[in-house]
Amino acid sequence: MDFGLSEDQQLLKATVARFLAEQCPTTRVREVMESDTGHDAQLWAGLVELGIASLPVPEEYGGLGSEFLDLSLVAEELGYAATPGPFLGAAMAVIGLVAGDAQELKARWLPETASGGSLGTVAIGEAESVWDPSGLKTSVSDGKLTGRKPLVPYAAVSDFILVGAREGEESGLWLVEAGASGMQIEPLSGNDMTRRLDDVVFNATPAVRVGGPDALARCLDAGLILISADAFGGARRVLEMTRDYSLEREQFGQPIGAFQSYKHQLADIAAEVEPCMALYWYAAHTVDAFPEQTAKHAALAKIRLGEMFNRVAFQCTELHGGIGFTWEYDLQLWFRRALFDKGFLGEAALHCDRVAEMAGW
Amino acid sequence: MNLSYSEEYEAFRREVRAFLDKHWTEADREKAGEAPILAMPRKQTEREAAFRAKAVEAGYLYKSVPRAYGGSEQPFDAFKSTIIVEEFRAAKAPREIPGQGVAMLVPTLVEHGTPEQKQQFIAPTVTGDLVWCQGYSEPGAGSDLASLRTKGELDGDHWIVNGQKIWTSNASEADWMFALVRTEPDAPKHQGITYMLIEMATPGIEVRPLKQLNGGTDFTEVFLENVRVPKNSIVGARGEGWPVSRSTLKHERAFIGGTDYVRKTFDGLVMLAQFTNLRGEPAIKNDTIRTRLVELEARLIAAEFHGKRLLTMSGKKQDTGLAGLITKNATSELQHDLVDLALDIMGDCAALATGEEKAPFSGMFVDAYMWTFALLIGGGTTNIQRNIIAERGLGLPRDPATKR
Repeated sequence: MDFGLSEDQQLLKATVARFLAEQCPTTRVREVMESDTGHDAQLWAGLVELGIASLPVPEEYGGLGSEFLDLSLVAEELGYAATPGPFLGAAMAVIGLVAGDAQELKARWLPETASGGSLGTVAIGEAESVWDPSGLKTSVSDGKLTGRKPLVPYAAVSDFILVGAREGEESGLWLVEAGASGMQIEPLSGNDMTRRLDDVVFNATPAVRVGGPDALARCLDAGLILISADAFGGARRVLEMTRDYSLEREQFGQPIGAFQSYKHQLADIAAEVEPCMALYWYAAHTVDAFPEQTAKHAALAKIRLGEMFNRVAFQCTELHGGIGFTWEYDLQLWFRRALFDKGFLGEAALHCDRVAEMAGW
Repeated sequence: MNLSYSEEYEAFRREVRAFLDKHWTEADREKAGEAPILAMPRKQTEREAAFRAKAVEAGYLYKSVPRAYGGSEQPFDAFKSTIIVEEFRAAKAPREIPGQGVAMLVPTLVEHGTPEQKQQFIAPTVTGDLVWCQGYSEPGAGSDLASLRTKGELDGDHWIVNGQKIWTSNASEADWMFALVRTEPDAPKHQGITYMLIEMATPGIEVRPLKQLNGGTDFTEVFLENVRVPKNSIVGARGEGWPVSRSTLKHERAFIGGTDYVRKTFDGLVMLAQFTNLRGEPAIKNDTIRTRLVELEARLIAAEFHGKRLLTMSGKKQDTGLAGLITKNATSELQHDLVDLALDIMGDCAALATGEEKAPFSGMFVDAYMWTFALLIGGGTTNIQRNIIAERGLGLPRDPATKR
C-alpha cells in the first residue's frame, strides 16, 4: 500500500521544479507572455531536454513510456511556475496518437514529438461549450474534415493538430498537418497569456484518421487530469505567495499574517487546497492501474480543481489588498491561468452532468 | 504508487480473516448489525469479552498497550492497523471498547502513569469493566480550556475538589472520571493544572443531564462539591496536568478525522435522493441537486485519498505536517455540506422532525444535520483548528492571546 510518489517520481518533480526556478522566473514568463506567439522555443527545448516530451511516448517510438502520473507531476510543476507554452495541447496530442491505431502516423510523428522536433496540439471543443464527443459537429468524409474549433491551444505554432470529429455516427480523432488546405487560424485574446488559444476553421481540409471514440476519450480524460494537476500547482503557488506576503507586509504595526481573520482565511484555503493533491494523483493513477475508472475520476478532478484554483486565486488576490490588483504584481499570472483551467475542456457543470450520467443518476 | 498491499500485508490480511472466521461466527455477525457512527461505551457481553480476549492474544487490539496491562503490545504499523480495522468492520466484529477511557485515558496512563496506576486501571478499562468519563470542559473554559477553574486544595492526604464540568458524555454510567483541576492558583494558567482521577461514587458529585438542541441527552453537567480525592490519585506531577492531557487530545483528533462516516453519509444521501420525489420525479433527477451531489462526491474522494496519502506517510514514519492538520476541518465541513444537501433533498419535509414517519427516511438526516455540531465543536472547534493550521501548518505568527 503506497499512495505516494516513488523516488524516481520525486526526482522527476524536483528536477523540473529546479529547472523552472532557474530558467523560468516570472520575468521570463512575462517576456514570453508579451511575445507574438506566446511560445519560447528555447524554454521548450530545455523542457524537452529534461524529457518531458518523451514521458508519454512509448519506448518503441523513442520515448520513455512512463506512467501517466509522471506527466501529471510535470504538469503540476509547470502550473506552479506559470510556465508559458504549448505543454497541455502537445501532451494531449501525443496521448491521442498513442491511444489510436494508426501505426503509420505513430511512426511518423511520435519519435519527432519525443525529441522536440515536432509539436502537436488538439482541437476538440466546439461552439457553445460542447466538449462531450457525442455533441461534436465537425465531420469527416472522404478524408476531408469540415468544422469549426473555437478554442485550440497554440494552433499557429503546431506542426499537426489532432481534431475531434465524427465520420457518420462514430466519433474519433483525425490528424491535420500544419498548412493543410482549407484551414484558417485566427488568434484569440485570452485571459491567460501564458497559454495561447486560436480559433480554427477547417473547410474540406485533408485529414487522416488517428483512432476512434476510445482514443478521443482517452485524449480528453488525460487533458482533464493534466489541467487539474496544473490547477493544483497554481493553487499551491498562490497560497505560498500569500503566506509569504502576509509575513512581510505590515499594517497597524504588525505583519498582516498575525491578524486572526487573515490566518483563518488562509487556513481555510489550505484546507481546501491540500486534499486536492490526492484527487488528481488518484485520477492520474487510474490511467495505468484502473483505466475503467478514469472517465469518472478525471471529470471529478477537473470539477473540483478547476473551481478550487479559481476560488483560491480570487481569495488570495483579495488577501493581498491593492497590490494584488496590479498588473505588475505576479499574482495576476496565476489568477489568469485559473480562468484558463476553469474554462478549457469544459466547465464544471458539464462534467457534473457527465459524472451523474455515468452513475445512472 | 500502488494501492494493493505487499505480500507481507496480504498474508497478514488472510491471517486476520482466518482469525475472524474462526472466532466471530456468522451468527455473531448477524446479531451485531451495523456499528453506529458515534458509539457509546457500554459493558461488553460475555461473548464480546471472550472474543476481545482472543483478539488481544492474537495481537489485533490495544496494540500500544503493554501485555502486562491487558494490551497486545505490537510495534506501530499503520498498514496493519488499517487492515485490522477494515477486516473487523467487514466482519462486524467488536473492536476496541468505544469511549474516552480507552481512547484517551489509557494512552495517557501508558505514557505518564505510575506502575500502580497502570496496574489498577488499564486492564479493567480495556475490558470495559471500568467506564470513564472526561472532566475537561467547564462553563467558562471551552476553547480556552487552560482557564479552567475547578479547584483542588490539599487537605492532609486528600484533595478537596470544588467546581463544575460540562459536556461530559456518559457521566451517569461512568465509574471514574479523568479530570483537569486547578491546584496551583498562583502559577501561570497552564502550569497550575493537575490531571486527577476521581471515583464517581465519591460523595459530593452530582450528575445532571444536559438537554441538547436535538432533544437528546447524550451529555451531562457534573457538579463537584467538597469531593475528597486521595492525594496520590493524580497522573504526572502536581501542576503538570496540561502537558499530560495533551497526548490524549491528539488521539481524539485522529479519531474525528477519519472519513468512513462521511462515506456512509454520502451513500445514504444518494439513496435519499433516489427514493425521495420532488414534484413528480426523484430528487436525483433535479439538476441542482445532481450537480451538488457530484461536487460533494469529488470532495469525498479527495478526502478519502488524502487519508490514504496520510496513511502512506505514517507508514513511512514521515511527519504529516500541514496535510495532517487540515483533516479535521476538511472532513467535518464536508459532513456538514452533505447533510445540508440532504435537507434540501427533503424539500418542504425539512420542516419535519427526526422520527416523524411522514418525512423521508423518518427525518434521520435532520438529526445527522444537528449532530454535525459535535464534529465541528468537539475535539477543538473549527476556529481553534484554523489557528493550528495557520500557526503550525503555515508558519503564521502565534495569536498573542494564546501565547504562554
